[in-house]
Amino acid sequence: MIARRMFMKAAGLGLAAAAAFGPTGLAAQTITVGEINSYTRLPAFTEPYKKGWQLALEQINEAGGIGGKTLEVISRDDGGEPGNAVKIAEELVTRDEVVMLAGGFFSNVGLALADYAKQRKVLFLASEPLTDALVWSKGNRYTFRLRPSTYMQAAMLAEKAGELDATKWATISPNYAYGKDAVTAFKEVLKERKADVEFVEEQWPPLFKIDAGSTARALEAAKPDAIYNVTFGPDLAKFVREGELRGLFEGREVVSLLSGEPEYLDPLGAEAPEGWIVTGYPWYALKDEGNKAFIDAYREKWGEPPMTGSLVGYNMMMSIATLLRQADSTDTETLVDTLEGLDVETPQGVITYRKADHQSTMGAWVGRTALKDGKGIMVDWYYADGADYLPSPEEAAKMRPAE
Amino acid sequence: MGFYFAQLLTGLASASSLFLVACGLSIIFGVTRIVNFAHGSFFMLGAYLAYTFMAVLPHGILGFWGSVAVAALAVGAIGSLIEIVVLRRIYGAPELFQLVATFGIVLIVQDATLWIWGPEDLLGPRAPGLDSAVRIFGEPIPEYDLALIVIGPLVLAAVWLIFHRTRWGVLVRAATRDREMVGALGVNQSWLFTSVFFLGSALAGLGGALQVPREAVSLLMDLNVIAEAFVVVVIGGMGSVVGAFVAAVLIGELNAFGILIFPQITIVLAFLVMAVVLVLRPWGLFGRPEPTGHTGTVPEAPFVLLTAPQRLAYLAVLAVLAALPFFADAFTLVLLVDIFVFALFAASLHFIMGPAGMISFGHAAYFGLGAYGAALAVKYLAASMEVGLFLAPAAAALGALVFGWFCVRLSGVYLAMLTLAAAQIVWSIAFQWTEVTGGDDGILGVWPSDWASSKTAYYYLALVLSAGGIALLRHIIHAPFGYTLRGGRDSPLRTESIGINLNRHQWMGFVIAGAFAGLAGGIFVFSKGSIFPDELAIPRSVDGLIMVLLGGVQTLVGPVVGAAAFTLIEDWVSRLDYWRLILGLIILFIVILAPEGIAGGAARIATRLGARKKEAA
Repeated sequence: MIARRMFMKAAGLGLAAAAAFGPTGLAAQTITVGEINSYTRLPAFTEPYKKGWQLALEQINEAGGIGGKTLEVISRDDGGEPGNAVKIAEELVTRDEVVMLAGGFFSNVGLALADYAKQRKVLFLASEPLTDALVWSKGNRYTFRLRPSTYMQAAMLAEKAGELDATKWATISPNYAYGKDAVTAFKEVLKERKADVEFVEEQWPPLFKIDAGSTARALEAAKPDAIYNVTFGPDLAKFVREGELRGLFEGREVVSLLSGEPEYLDPLGAEAPEGWIVTGYPWYALKDEGNKAFIDAYREKWGEPPMTGSLVGYNMMMSIATLLRQADSTDTETLVDTLEGLDVETPQGVITYRKADHQSTMGAWVGRTALKDGKGIMVDWYYADGADYLPSPEEAAKMRPAE
Repeated sequence: MGFYFAQLLTGLASASSLFLVACGLSIIFGVTRIVNFAHGSFFMLGAYLAYTFMAVLPHGILGFWGSVAVAALAVGAIGSLIEIVVLRRIYGAPELFQLVATFGIVLIVQDATLWIWGPEDLLGPRAPGLDSAVRIFGEPIPEYDLALIVIGPLVLAAVWLIFHRTRWGVLVRAATRDREMVGALGVNQSWLFTSVFFLGSALAGLGGALQVPREAVSLLMDLNVIAEAFVVVVIGGMGSVVGAFVAAVLIGELNAFGILIFPQITIVLAFLVMAVVLVLRPWGLFGRPEPTGHTGTVPEAPFVLLTAPQRLAYLAVLAVLAALPFFADAFTLVLLVDIFVFALFAASLHFIMGPAGMISFGHAAYFGLGAYGAALAVKYLAASMEVGLFLAPAAAALGALVFGWFCVRLSGVYLAMLTLAAAQIVWSIAFQWTEVTGGDDGILGVWPSDWASSKTAYYYLALVLSAGGIALLRHIIHAPFGYTLRGGRDSPLRTESIGINLNRHQWMGFVIAGAFAGLAGGIFVFSKGSIFPDELAIPRSVDGLIMVLLGGVQTLVGPVVGAAAFTLIEDWVSRLDYWRLILGLIILFIVILAPEGIAGGAARIATRLGARKKEAA
């Protein structure tokens, strides 16, 4: 009896929940965009990102919104689970009637959302997921990506690595899709640039569970001239500490993906490695008008300097606003057609969403790490335009599945 | 030579850290029988607290080691507080129910830590005086590693002395063997448990604090350490401190040398070893076989067949669900499909846990095998959804057939751990075999056939499959096969002695549960369109356990109620900031209010009301 009552209650609760979270009665004066990211799973990266797009949103609406309508964002946490992200996407699309989806940090969440976008014919702008598959081997008409991909960033580093004398390389990379892509792309581009390189050792520590001491020793044992590192976050801190202690980096060049990003460099404090070749975001050194305006506005609003995620979030929202203004419609097909080849004004210049593979030409900064006032910074940096590190449109189109 | 010696030392240093976490877990489990998922949270808290104390206290040798000690004591205090406020209230609940509470604590600590210390990783100071490397056989060895190598055995010796040379230690050891008897002899069990919790959590805190000079303090520390700590405890033998030490050294060295030979498989190495140990010596290297039968639990009332009004009520619920698409919006249907999937998943887990009495910590493996079975068929054989949904339970049943053969030879928590190891092995195959499974990038484009692609159609399909599945599971429970399983659970000896091959029945029970979990996975994959290794990972198994335990193990409707409640609550709170904190508090609230689960609690209230009515009449 009681069991039955409980069951009824559970079913009733479902209905009540449905009523409570029904359509929010959007006024015609707003355009709503759905945003999904892994806020609880990796807050160190997603919180600055959120602050970035919130700043952009404020600026967009202060400047009159989208043709007089207010731009509104419904932001949700997927907890880092792809299945959850798809469920939230369903809710945003069917119940909240958002005009498009944006966000994602983890590659698998990005891929799940991209496939959902393809199936339900909704536009999805992936902001952060790095996997090459998103726009190439598993690309589709409804998915676009903002941030420079694994391949692009690896190619930027491989270009620098090709200028070094080092020929014997060792790699260390977290053992999952992103890490494998990053190593494959680096090897490929470096071998193209310098025929006589050889890779003498590969280490694949489990993501965020690196046994840093042993791994450092294993790399050392191979006596490479240079090391290519893909580990990040807590793994990087461990690797730097244990490698430093064991003299792994002495007399060796280290090329390291993403390590110049403040998200990963700042936590290392005074122990940040010196002289590593990295991709990152040297906000402290950017003095040109575009970058400076964004950085100042961000610091004023949040009382802290921006991180890479902040820039990605800001560019994402600006891309959305530019798209909606340009398309002057919320019809998905029109939005997709408009976004193909769309130019967007960003703090670091105009970026283009390539028609051929839906990848934006946003770039990254490449430089060497150094220590200043007990903090790691990037020096000798230059801005690498993403367009220069992408395959030609014809080649890229060939990598995508036929529509 | 020097190189291998250095690698040996590196392995020993990792072993020391591992030992500190694992030995606290082992002590807590040995005495209180609590599978403490929050142990990793204590470890993380130790690291964060030590980081803060190191920043506040004067720098230098005294400040550093003082911070470590204070952090350990503070974590011990937090652990005792949790024991007094939460766990003490639910020792009477069915076995394993405390697990749900500890999971609630994990969520609360996660968000509290984020709130207090912020999201960025924190890099603490290196240990003063131990911040460089010395050369041994020409190889650089960090001094701090050498310190850790000394600290591990020192702690082992201290704990051993406490256990063997103090009255308190004697009582604790007695409680590990027979806690009823210790209680009967007049020992205040509550305080004994609280003090054990203090020691266990303080050791976890110490482990965390000692990690500060080695790694950045981060929010990922809790979940990263817990699985490996379980492995060490199981290999060493539950409740054995010496065992934990030996196992920690084994795992530490295995990792250190494993990465020289197979850098790709370090991810599963520990779980493979655990599986082998469990198969060969189920109670671990230094553990003792578990006393047979449940200790201290009252035999459960048998499940009863439905009465006519109950039958009508279920039909009414089904009728409401069937009518829903006519007036509910599309997302309500999506959410309900999720609930159907997890209700079936939870019911299949309940089948193996409740009537069959075999606790599984790795049920996600079969959910995932089903989902991957269907997805792979779609991807490589261009199979239709119908074929995929048929293959899903078949693939899961096949997996359960293989793993079940090993698992049913064990019982109790050892069985649970072997299922965990099996699930981790399956997970790592899905994660690592990129060429076939797509690895972390998963399998995409697994959508329903055209006729089922509308939300309403898929809703009906999911409703029919999961309601049918749950009804079938109920039917099996009430069939002779189900009675045999229950007989085997309550009295294996008698069951065997009347000529029943219990092992074979349990094995088949395992396969049936696996098949239905696989069906749930099949429904899931076509509703989401993609599948990733996360669905086979530990958190999914834990979700299942929480659904079953929250709903109530001792009622048949419990898992369904638990699945619905958990899915709805999670869907609702995840819209809020700090939702994990809120979810954790809700879980604790339910746990304390209804220690036999939601459905069990409701049944108790009903019985009480009924009794009162009778009295009045």
